[in-house]
Amino acid sequence: MTENIQLNSEGKLKHFLSIEGLNKTLLTEILDIADSFIGMNDQQIKKVPLLRGKTIVNLFFENSTRTRTTFELAAKRLSADVLSMSIATSSTSKGESLLDTIRNLEAMFVDMFVVRHAISGAAHFIAQHTSPHISVINAGDGQHAHPTQAMLDMFTIRQVKPDFSNLRVAIIGDILHSRVARSQIQALNILGAAEVRVIAPKTLLPSHVESLEVNVSHDLTSGLKDIDVIIMLRLQKERMTSALLPSESEYFKCFGLTEAKLKIAKPDAIVMHPGPINRGVEIDSKVADGPQSVILKQVSNGIAIRMAIMAMAMQKQGAVG
Amino acid sequence: MSQIHIKQGHLIDPANHINRIADVYIAGGKVVSVTHEPAGFKATTVIDATHKVICPGFIDLSTRLREPGQSRKATFKSEAIAAASAGVTTMCLQPDTNPVIDTPAVAELIKELAEKAHYPQIYPIAALTRKLEGTELSSMLSLKQAGCIAVSNAQQAVKNLLILRRAMEYAASHDLLVMFRPNDYWLGNNGCAHEGAVATRYGLPSIPEEAETIALAQCLELVELTGCRMHFGQLSCKRSVIKIYQAKKYGLNISADVAIHQLHLTENDMIPFDSSYHVLPPFRTEEDREYLRQGLATGTLNSICSDHQPHDIDAKLGAFPETEPGVSSLETLLPLMLKLVEQGEISLQQGIAALSENPARVLHLNSGALTVGYAADVCVFDPELTWQVNAENWKSQGINTPFWGQQFKGRVTHTIQAGKIIYSLE
Repeated sequence: MTENIQLNSEGKLKHFLSIEGLNKTLLTEILDIADSFIGMNDQQIKKVPLLRGKTIVNLFFENSTRTRTTFELAAKRLSADVLSMSIATSSTSKGESLLDTIRNLEAMFVDMFVVRHAISGAAHFIAQHTSPHISVINAGDGQHAHPTQAMLDMFTIRQVKPDFSNLRVAIIGDILHSRVARSQIQALNILGAAEVRVIAPKTLLPSHVESLEVNVSHDLTSGLKDIDVIIMLRLQKERMTSALLPSESEYFKCFGLTEAKLKIAKPDAIVMHPGPINRGVEIDSKVADGPQSVILKQVSNGIAIRMAIMAMAMQKQGAVG
Repeated sequence: MSQIHIKQGHLIDPANHINRIADVYIAGGKVVSVTHEPAGFKATTVIDATHKVICPGFIDLSTRLREPGQSRKATFKSEAIAAASAGVTTMCLQPDTNPVIDTPAVAELIKELAEKAHYPQIYPIAALTRKLEGTELSSMLSLKQAGCIAVSNAQQAVKNLLILRRAMEYAASHDLLVMFRPNDYWLGNNGCAHEGAVATRYGLPSIPEEAETIALAQCLELVELTGCRMHFGQLSCKRSVIKIYQAKKYGLNISADVAIHQLHLTENDMIPFDSSYHVLPPFRTEEDREYLRQGLATGTLNSICSDHQPHDIDAKLGAFPETEPGVSSLETLLPLMLKLVEQGEISLQQGIAALSENPARVLHLNSGALTVGYAADVCVFDPELTWQVNAENWKSQGINTPFWGQQFKGRVTHTIQAGKIIYSLE
């Protein structure tokens, strides 16, 4: 559609805003670099000096525990100075504009912003309006993209099933409101997955979902056939009050992943969930905690993937390599 | 009083079926001849229109000048200059000012502001319902007497159909034109982009075509019920064009317009998250644009409006869904119309009629034509002159246009309003 503001003139990562516009080589490079960091988790000293002297600000305009914590740990393990701000309750509620908040922080000589915001396009907007030396990492914007989550999911899949070209992946649940799903679909298609299937009632699918290059099913039982990777999405409680669904129990009956339904997928299928889980709403505890679940692995991998992305985005300034 | 002689231009006056090289003579604020020099005529100003087009001044059915209440976005002064430079000699102002045009005092204030800006031909459109809230009728008759040319609820949907019915009946009782942009509040769901592939990809809250077509269908039924004189504004999609076509064929007393940018841009032209493309109704599909163009060519849509909505920079500075919708569009009105002519979509006569003769008919105004005895509202433009949309050329206080930086062909050289030259290109 237009120039890709995520890449610098040499095609290297400058910002990480969405999966769209990145190619297979770059996505694979992210996964490979994350691989090199994963060993660190078991070491006594879990730190490398790649981003020493750099200042990273986590700007969370929307609440999050997992994503913010893993970003913070990732930055610390790269030896950066990191500051986490929950702005949901500070400046913007006093009427300060998004841009003013950014400009004020910029004046404190920041090198990177990690941004989460409830509005689609917020990270993009910040990237377009910050000083050229600052990198912006999207930690989730509205219903648009959550690219680091998608990459950690790809990383987790690759650990168990290294060849994407054989994989049939089902994403189940609230696709309409899910930035995670949009980024996962793009990443899976770029990495060459055999099939991406979305399974949800029509009320939870975007109007032109087929344009995302996915197959669509409204039935979990038939939809799970031949599937290698099952990705469950979180269901927000608000979906009931906005007449998108009748009740949690009916949703669980139709789209909840139980042991019986899991048996329809391939026997070695893995079960994923970006968290936080609603047990008994989208997934049965027995499945979430069962042998096919890689949900906690996803969380651990979050640190390595975010280290890789932050290091790569800073590379342009000669901080790495 | 000055006497103006416009010499040897290509005169296109669709209402009078004139399309030839001619001279136009203006005296006492009126057109006095388009054939021969009248006896005793002594030109105080001569405009050489060789290789230029002379046509009626443009009449804009939907404009926002932002006063009263939002002078940080634009003022009568700034926008009167922009309008004059665009060949626009008459503007109808939407009532969503602050305060809303729902009392005669506000209508009178607008008349005053227009006089002060030396641009008298500004007509306020009165609010259809008090404060545009869709719950109580505005004092339509008093507003008409205070100079309001029509009634409209601007961008606000009238959620309650009983209120809409009564408002239409009341307007019909006083022979007031109702202007209506069909938009179902609930189906619109506070969206900011067309419900299509682009909104799906970028996770943008979306507005289906049905938000427009269902509201349009309901309103057409109420036109039949109430007998009100109805003009539908800023239509955006294929099925709206079809509905208007069918309703006209059926015999309803209606007319319709399209905003100039809707005839050119689609969802696929949108640069991701670029707020200058944030407009309501949203840019839709290529097919919708085709139907809008055909609708214009066949007369189903009889007018083009600018739907001018100037904004301050801050209004457009933010994540796409949070920015304010609207395009500053007076100054691109003529070149974008000429582009349709160049692309073979419409004839030049049709384009000029859609900007002058036809909106005059919608408003029941004795203008939009260079008829002898009419107020001399004239636009002279050079169809070959190229110019760039940039800070040097732009007059409107709002620079919110997706066409910024683009090169255009066709530029106004002179604008005459009621016999007074209000713009000439240096």
